[in-house]
Amino acid sequence: MNTFLLVLKELRERKSQLLTSFLAIVLGITVIVAVETITHFSEKAVAQELDNLGANVLILPKGATVNNYYTADFGEYVMPESYVDDITTSQLQGVDNLSPKLTEAITLRGQRVYLTGILPTEEFKAKPAWQAPGGIFARPQGCGTVVPGRLARALGGSGQGSAATNAAPRPVVDALGASQVLVGSDVAERLGLEVAGTLHIQGQAFAIQSVLPETGTVDDTRIFAHLHVVQELFHRDRVVNAIEMIGCCQEISKGLIDGLNRLLPEARVVTIKQIAQTQLSTNTMMKRFSLIFLVIILLVGAVSIANYMFANVYERRREIGTLLALGATRRQISIIFLLKSLMLGVAGGAVGYVAGMVLAVALGPRIAHVAVLPLPGLAGWAIALAVVVSIVASALPVSRAAQTDPAEILRDA
Amino acid sequence: MLRAQNVSKRYVGRSSDVLALDSVELEIAKGDFVSIVGPSGSGKSTLLLTLGGLIRPSGGKVYVDGQSIYELPRGELAALRLNTIGFVFQTFNLVPYLTALENVQVPLYLRGTSRTQQKERAAQLLRKVGLEDRLDHKPAELSVGQQQRVALARSMANNPRIVLADEPTGNVDPELADEMLDRLSDMHREGVTVVIVTHDPRIAARAASQLRLVAGRIV
Repeated sequence: MNTFLLVLKELRERKSQLLTSFLAIVLGITVIVAVETITHFSEKAVAQELDNLGANVLILPKGATVNNYYTADFGEYVMPESYVDDITTSQLQGVDNLSPKLTEAITLRGQRVYLTGILPTEEFKAKPAWQAPGGIFARPQGCGTVVPGRLARALGGSGQGSAATNAAPRPVVDALGASQVLVGSDVAERLGLEVAGTLHIQGQAFAIQSVLPETGTVDDTRIFAHLHVVQELFHRDRVVNAIEMIGCCQEISKGLIDGLNRLLPEARVVTIKQIAQTQLSTNTMMKRFSLIFLVIILLVGAVSIANYMFANVYERRREIGTLLALGATRRQISIIFLLKSLMLGVAGGAVGYVAGMVLAVALGPRIAHVAVLPLPGLAGWAIALAVVVSIVASALPVSRAAQTDPAEILRDA
Repeated sequence: MLRAQNVSKRYVGRSSDVLALDSVELEIAKGDFVSIVGPSGSGKSTLLLTLGGLIRPSGGKVYVDGQSIYELPRGELAALRLNTIGFVFQTFNLVPYLTALENVQVPLYLRGTSRTQQKERAAQLLRKVGLEDRLDHKPAELSVGQQQRVALARSMANNPRIVLADEPTGNVDPELADEMLDRLSDMHREGVTVVIVTHDPRIAARAASQLRLVAGRIV
């Protein structure tokens, strides 16, 4: 005989009473695990979709404002292009893509337009909207890391790519020739520009490589050339006036911005709030929803367990009295009931985890339209949660058991 | 061995108070076999449980081996019950989901005895009361007499020096009552101090000495 065997035998003896509270904890954990799993994959899908909207962090020269960025009127505000290297080689987590830019106002065919120098590969990666139907630009996969090889190549303008670069699923137009431009849809329409036409900017001829699809953003009103070409044209040696960045939204909330501020004290780091806030608030809303759900379910489970434990203590009061008379300490009585509660939690958590995963994998694609895979990491969490709920719910009944007055029971016997 | 000094016990109810023990003085020597008799409601069970460390008196002191037991910390009082005192209850109070063997193992388990030693000792005690073929039976599968013997075996598990029996024959027929008293007499002969509470004068007469309790007072 030991405490574990004693509890096990008692559990076996009163299976039917146990069943309802066991089911309560199993169902609670099942629903929580299923909701958490589906939410996890749903959040990932939402985050990926939101990331596709484009940059959510802007790095601007000190003194420049977001208004400067939108109006493309930076005046003399510039910052070194080497900031891109600084970010790439830093230990900052959550930097998905960096698009350095230098924008200059020019006059074309009598109209004022903006010429923006870009690093083509990085720009295409950040602008899924530029991916025409059929996909002339592919968006490389992955979140949270820039690919130094790709960036170095883009900065150097060489066509040599790393294995990671070449692993992109669809062909990438990864170089914009020194004499080529991309034209925004609005500019193309206003100036009557077409693919394969020629433009003269600052006395240099450029072939129109492509007219970009309409995006509904400032990009529609711009002409894009290679960053280094624009720098040479306007004698702006290795400087940019904006670096657009895609940061993973969780990392933004975890201090990516602070990290950037520390790394680049001479620059201004701005979250494009509208985008970042949408990402954050969507995730926050889902988390709050599942939290409310979780609390309600846990309360129901806890009440059921507490109810069962109260009934169990009441039913066993003569046994408790006898054990105390035989020499048990109140601590031993508490341990007997707490161990029972622990076993209930461990079993309920484990069964609930398995059932929750099965439910999530089965229902995820139907209700959230996302593919759901089992998350083994949730198992420990589910069991720990069930154990905590079970023990907390049992605290009062266990205390009552330990405070049983044996005399009151034995005198009545 | 056992001494009550001016022991009183008052139960405070909502409408009325009951004085269950009124200035009880008694001394039971080591190895004695004492019966406490008295009508129903005279305070017999309260006195027994007070002597056994289960009911804290409202006044007075209870000594076991010269030690005032209600001045002991809770843990030490529990240890005293575990190691020095064996209880036998009128309804036996066996744990219903444990077998006869496991029921006898309970005091040994509470003491921290190894499982092997628990089983050996419990089996030995059950053989002694003639239940060697009922080791794996649960109380519900045993007759009243057999349950009574399991309860006796359990009370002896930790070799107590005192056995307190509360109406041990109250639930059994005369034949089984005699059997129970024979076994308590055997314990007494082995040097155990035995105190039984009964309302039956015939049973009380089997003890070496008798105490009579009326309205909470020894008369």
